[in-house]
Amino acid sequence: MKSQSKIRFRTAAGILALSSALVLSACGSDDNSDSGDDNAKGGDKSSAAAGGDIKCGGGGELLASGASSQDNAVQQWVADYQAACSDVTVNYKPVGSGAGIEEFLNGQTAFAGSDSALEPEEVEKSKEVCSGGQGINLPMVGGPVAIAYHVEGVDELVLDAETLANVFNGEIGKWNDEAIAKLNPDAELPDTKIQPVHRSDESGTTENFTAYLNTVVKDAWPHEADKKWPIEGGQAATGSAGVSSQVKQTDGAISYMEISHAESNDLTTVKLDTGAAEPVEATVENASAAIAAGKRVGEAPDMALELDYATKVDGAYPITLVTYEVACDKGNKPESLDAVKSFLGYTASEAGQQSIVDVGYAPLPAEMAAEVVKTVDSLS
Amino acid sequence: MTAPPTDIETPAPPPSQVLLSNGKGSTRRGDKVFSGLSKGSGITLLLIMAAIAAFLAYRASIALADNEGNFLTTFEWDANSIPPKFGIAVLAFGTVVSSIVAMVIAVPIAVGIALFITHYAPRRLAAPIAYVIDLLAAVPSIVYGLWGALFLVPHLVGTYEWLDRYLGWTVVLSFDGTAPRSLMTAGILLAVMILPIITNVSREVFAQTPRLQEEAALALGATRWEVIRMTVLPFGRSGVISASMLGLGRALGETMAVATVLSPSALLSAEILQAGGGTFAQNIAASFGESGQFGRDALIASGLVLFVITLLVNGAARLIIARRKEYSGANA
Amino acid sequence: MSAQTIADKRPVDRLGIQQPRLPRWAPLGIAAGAAVLAALIGVIGGLGSRIQWGLIAAILFVIGQFVISTAVEGGRQAKDRLATSLVWVAFLLAVVPLASLIWETVSKGIKVTDGYFLTHSMSGVVNVAPGGGVYHALMGTIEQVLIATLIATPIGLLTAVYLVEYGRGPLAKAVTFFVDVMTGIPSIVAGLFVLSLWIMILDFGYSGFAGALALAILMMPVVVRSTEEMLKLVPNELREASYALGVPKWKTILKVVLPTSLGGITTGVMLAVARITGETAPVLLLVFGSPAINNNPFDGGQASLPLYIYQQWGAGTSASFDRAWAAALVLIVFVMILNLLARGIARWKAPKSGR
Repeated sequence: MKSQSKIRFRTAAGILALSSALVLSACGSDDNSDSGDDNAKGGDKSSAAAGGDIKCGGGGELLASGASSQDNAVQQWVADYQAACSDVTVNYKPVGSGAGIEEFLNGQTAFAGSDSALEPEEVEKSKEVCSGGQGINLPMVGGPVAIAYHVEGVDELVLDAETLANVFNGEIGKWNDEAIAKLNPDAELPDTKIQPVHRSDESGTTENFTAYLNTVVKDAWPHEADKKWPIEGGQAATGSAGVSSQVKQTDGAISYMEISHAESNDLTTVKLDTGAAEPVEATVENASAAIAAGKRVGEAPDMALELDYATKVDGAYPITLVTYEVACDKGNKPESLDAVKSFLGYTASEAGQQSIVDVGYAPLPAEMAAEVVKTVDSLS
Repeated sequence: MTAPPTDIETPAPPPSQVLLSNGKGSTRRGDKVFSGLSKGSGITLLLIMAAIAAFLAYRASIALADNEGNFLTTFEWDANSIPPKFGIAVLAFGTVVSSIVAMVIAVPIAVGIALFITHYAPRRLAAPIAYVIDLLAAVPSIVYGLWGALFLVPHLVGTYEWLDRYLGWTVVLSFDGTAPRSLMTAGILLAVMILPIITNVSREVFAQTPRLQEEAALALGATRWEVIRMTVLPFGRSGVISASMLGLGRALGETMAVATVLSPSALLSAEILQAGGGTFAQNIAASFGESGQFGRDALIASGLVLFVITLLVNGAARLIIARRKEYSGANA
Repeated sequence: MSAQTIADKRPVDRLGIQQPRLPRWAPLGIAAGAAVLAALIGVIGGLGSRIQWGLIAAILFVIGQFVISTAVEGGRQAKDRLATSLVWVAFLLAVVPLASLIWETVSKGIKVTDGYFLTHSMSGVVNVAPGGGVYHALMGTIEQVLIATLIATPIGLLTAVYLVEYGRGPLAKAVTFFVDVMTGIPSIVAGLFVLSLWIMILDFGYSGFAGALALAILMMPVVVRSTEEMLKLVPNELREASYALGVPKWKTILKVVLPTSLGGITTGVMLAVARITGETAPVLLLVFGSPAINNNPFDGGQASLPLYIYQQWGAGTSASFDRAWAAALVLIVFVMILNLLARGIARWKAPKSGR
């Protein structure tokens, strides 16, 4: 009996071992540089070029979380940064601005990304985690909130704020509606149903978009700016990525998202008729122009900004989102301070700001970026 | 019972040695330790079940204490806003509707396939088909979800428009041509998922129908359908019911497949072809990533409700099976 | 050919006992007719979807056969044929989506599945770009499943031993009932439990181990169930022979009962492993995820194969969809290999007798 059972044990164990060995024997690798360079958009400029400007500092894992709108930018920065500074592992989790700030305030992360500046009560609470200091907003990346659509045969589309509001509140139901046709006399608009897609989760992008509509056309869009989409029903999806892939899959769909997500799915975007000489396209340059036109409302060292949604400046795209990194001005955790300064110092630097243009983000105006670099340098 | 032709040899050591090596003391101690260990494991399982209920209830109570809305009747799920306001009305409705759709579609088809395998398929085909259905039960739900979102949703538009054209007046089946990321679609996907489970259990029950009864019916000149109706179905009825409830249990708690196909919204609508709605599990998966501490407690509260519901459904299914075992004699 | 000619070949039926029958080729003929008619309706009605054509054909076939059969053979036979055709339709209805699922996964997944994909992580790969791989997720899943198996198997095995060899009375009944009920716990609830206890109350961080705990909870009842069945199949004569030789009960169980049913138990455990390998929901809540290889399941975020699929689907770009399909293919193959191995063992070690 012994020999029998032993054989059974052996065969069972052998099969288990064999199947795991098959997988284990193939050695894995974190190094994706070769594949990345062949195919990645803008991959060529990432590591080598930027590497020279990065001042490494600190070590270990740098945990951060927050806005998903800047996820693509952070991914790009992390890829650049990691190539130069292998001592630090940056782990940014796009959990949303609200959750990111909460984790930061609980001391679980070294910094947070947020689509809106800290509220006064959040600043108050931040004094607990920043011993001797408080949380400050560092504008780090801007981006136009593009209105992306998917209509077969329509490659260019101009809309104004009122039409946009009516599309999203359901007043306008077909793509060949008169209001749209009037703004696009040359386009061949089909008789397709308009399917507006909104974010099902709370999002700074939604807040920004609804703020724009509510500021510019209050009559057509009476809903207050909110992180949560104000109208019930209709198509919804989670995250900018989810929204963009939904638009991609659905003929007749339209939604709002960061330009990078529209680009990654090859979606066409709406030009906004803001009252400027020409309809404004959602591009990073036009977003930068809008950021430059905004004014700083935070007291130094805080750098919170306020943008003018109703701007009629030529070439300024009004629905522009500024994402802040939130860190302590004084009293950052000593074990991550150097890494934070080193990483944020890179992201605000010229190289860092240029690196994200290719993935669809607007660099900060040079003066503002220089100011951010200085502030980051002064963190303690 | 005949003596089994076994390849197990009895323990080799001669009796005298056994007696020597197992003095009474060590035997008793060994038995005590071993029975204690195995009893302990059983108790551990009970403790885990109790702990699940206790800890979920504890966290849920934290969330419910600060809820501005009514947990049972509020539509929105704004657990992260201040003040938090959340309720399970939409989730409960969506969970029930998608599960009902799944059951209505899956049960008859599963029973059909089970009959097909046991009574209709050519004998050479039956075994492989049963085997393949077995394997399909093992396909991970996330794969069903991926297939549902990227293949099923776009391919259902035509069918829904067709339903709308002839049955749109019922409101329930009206459809406006937008992407059908709806409770109906979720239900259809769930039906595909639970089909293998229900089929497997029903098939086993049908196969146990006493041969003599069937042959007696045949001898009386019954057609094949009459044989099934008079012997197989009555015999297997409680088995099918419990199989269906097992499937229902899975449909109620299925997360990923629903999370990928459904367009989430806080809307409670009878138009089940239209995008929108939510289920307990889907809401947990979709809202979890962006939830703070309190939001998670709120999600745990909804998870507790789901836990209780599945507990009841599964418990009922088991009781039905147990009762059947007592009088059917199938296990004798 | 009419029913009359068929009837003619049979002994003359003066008592009217025998009824006229449809010829053997009738179902096929009616099916072909239904298909043609459905295609005609489809073309004339301008129905684009082939699914609708199929549905119409199926309905026509069922109705047509019933009507013809009623006319020729009478009600009872017609009902029989109706049932037969419904059963066939049910079978075909089920086969279509399931076949489509497999086909989609394989044909889409094969595109990027290669050696590179299997041996690289997603470290430094942005969602938009192609490239990257699944290695880190595969390792994560294997480690988590292994830990879960190590926790769940002993507890499950011993519980089954208790139920079969020792269990009497209310405790055993309670355990049996709750093991059954536990089988039906939604996986997300198991995840929430570990989240509330391990992460929110005991304040441990996210880790592969936390995911493994939830998986272990899901695995235990499955192991208990299958082991119990296997132990029950061990003939009592073996136990009695062992007792007769003076072997104590615990030694009998360890050396006689368990080895006898080892093949079946292994099968059960492997099927349970296959089941938890594909679980996404608890993992989603507990392991945090990571783009890079993390071989330490006790510290820091770890990836997992099902989670990877969900994340790549969520990323929503065509490159990430490709990766999601490929990872789905890898996952299915992995689970199927486990299943086939388990069934292989079951067949090979099939118990030679029942009770």
